Amino acid sequence: MRLHEGSVGARVLAFGGYQPARIVTNDELAATVETSDEWIRSRVGIASRRIAGPDETVADMAVAAAGKALAGSGLSPADIDLVIVATCTPEVMIPNTAAVVARRLGISAPGAYDLNAACAGFCYALAAASDAVRAGSARHVLVIGAEKLSQWVDWTDRSTCIIFADGAGAAVVGPAGQESDEPEPGIGPVVWGSDGDMADKICIKDRDSFIFQEGQAVFRWATTALHPVAKQACSEAGVEPADLAVFVPHQANLRIIEALARRLGAPQAKVANDIITAGNTSSASIPLALSRMIERGELASGDKALLIGFGAGVCYAAQVIKLP
Amino acid sequence: MAMTQEEILAGLSEIIDEIAGVPADEVTPEKTFVDDLDIDSLSMVEIAVAAQDKFGVEIPDDQLKDLKTVKDVIDYVGRASVSA
Repeated sequence: MRLHEGSVGARVLAFGGYQPARIVTNDELAATVETSDEWIRSRVGIASRRIAGPDETVADMAVAAAGKALAGSGLSPADIDLVIVATCTPEVMIPNTAAVVARRLGISAPGAYDLNAACAGFCYALAAASDAVRAGSARHVLVIGAEKLSQWVDWTDRSTCIIFADGAGAAVVGPAGQESDEPEPGIGPVVWGSDGDMADKICIKDRDSFIFQEGQAVFRWATTALHPVAKQACSEAGVEPADLAVFVPHQANLRIIEALARRLGAPQAKVANDIITAGNTSSASIPLALSRMIERGELASGDKALLIGFGAGVCYAAQVIKLP
Repeated sequence: MAMTQEEILAGLSEIIDEIAGVPADEVTPEKTFVDDLDIDSLSMVEIAVAAQDKFGVEIPDDQLKDLKTVKDVIDYVGRASVSA
């Protein structure tokens, strides 16, 4: 049997992000549930979040973010042969979001699948894309994290409605390190895992339920179990934490982000804090944060970034990448 | 090895200073975490985790919610370290 040749490594060619237009402030939430701007800022670090319009779908947001990433990569839709959408809030279960997004972007007949690892989804999808390029089952992959969490939130539950938000982020992944004119590999080995014992800590029980989260248990897990995963992703990539330009953890809660950053031991690295104005957008948060930091000129091409996604399942995944 | 109440208080004060920025001399047994020391539920989790590292005593979330005062934590750690 013949096999695909594949590629030595893979890299991210471009990022793109999309946020819905509507900004919802803490004061606006405080008008309908018992909370306050001060309380929300001190507990979760969010000042405002973006919420999709009633007719704006997960696929709409995915298309917007992916279109920007595709434009930034310099590739045409015809170059993409695999589309992965990481989402835990698809509009419908069938058809999947990826095939719909691909058609709307004019990508003809790519492999297309949705992936659900909740807030770890983007890092899982990036690992899957990198592996597909390296194995030769795809050459250029569109990786998207897109969520409309607002439609799974109980807007009378002050413990969750202050946290979750909507948005999308995307990356184009292509080969690296194979031919002499290609840059070095830019996506490091993934360190991933899960713990089904904690399945009930973050969940949507059934199709008539809303997101439930046991905040303290999740906080304890996130601040104790994850920094070893982050450090392992560095060591497996052969990158010292001191060489990181930026640390981009899933934007779950600013207190978790700060605790993780303290334990990582990379005081020189910028730490993504996109949650302040984006809220928790689950699988979209990492590519959205990165694309916004790149847009603002805060990061340079070739910078090393450590990504770690973590959330319901619980599932987690981390990898070091080189920025496009 | 049993620790004295004073030893536990001293260790706990260090932890509270580090996590919540409350000076050690303000941490006295009768103080409540929420009302007197302005420590919220997430900081309590961080304190519990740090206490586990320092004293070798695990304080699970369902126990943590009942520990309202500094003395409650001292007693909990004291009891657990004796039985361990």
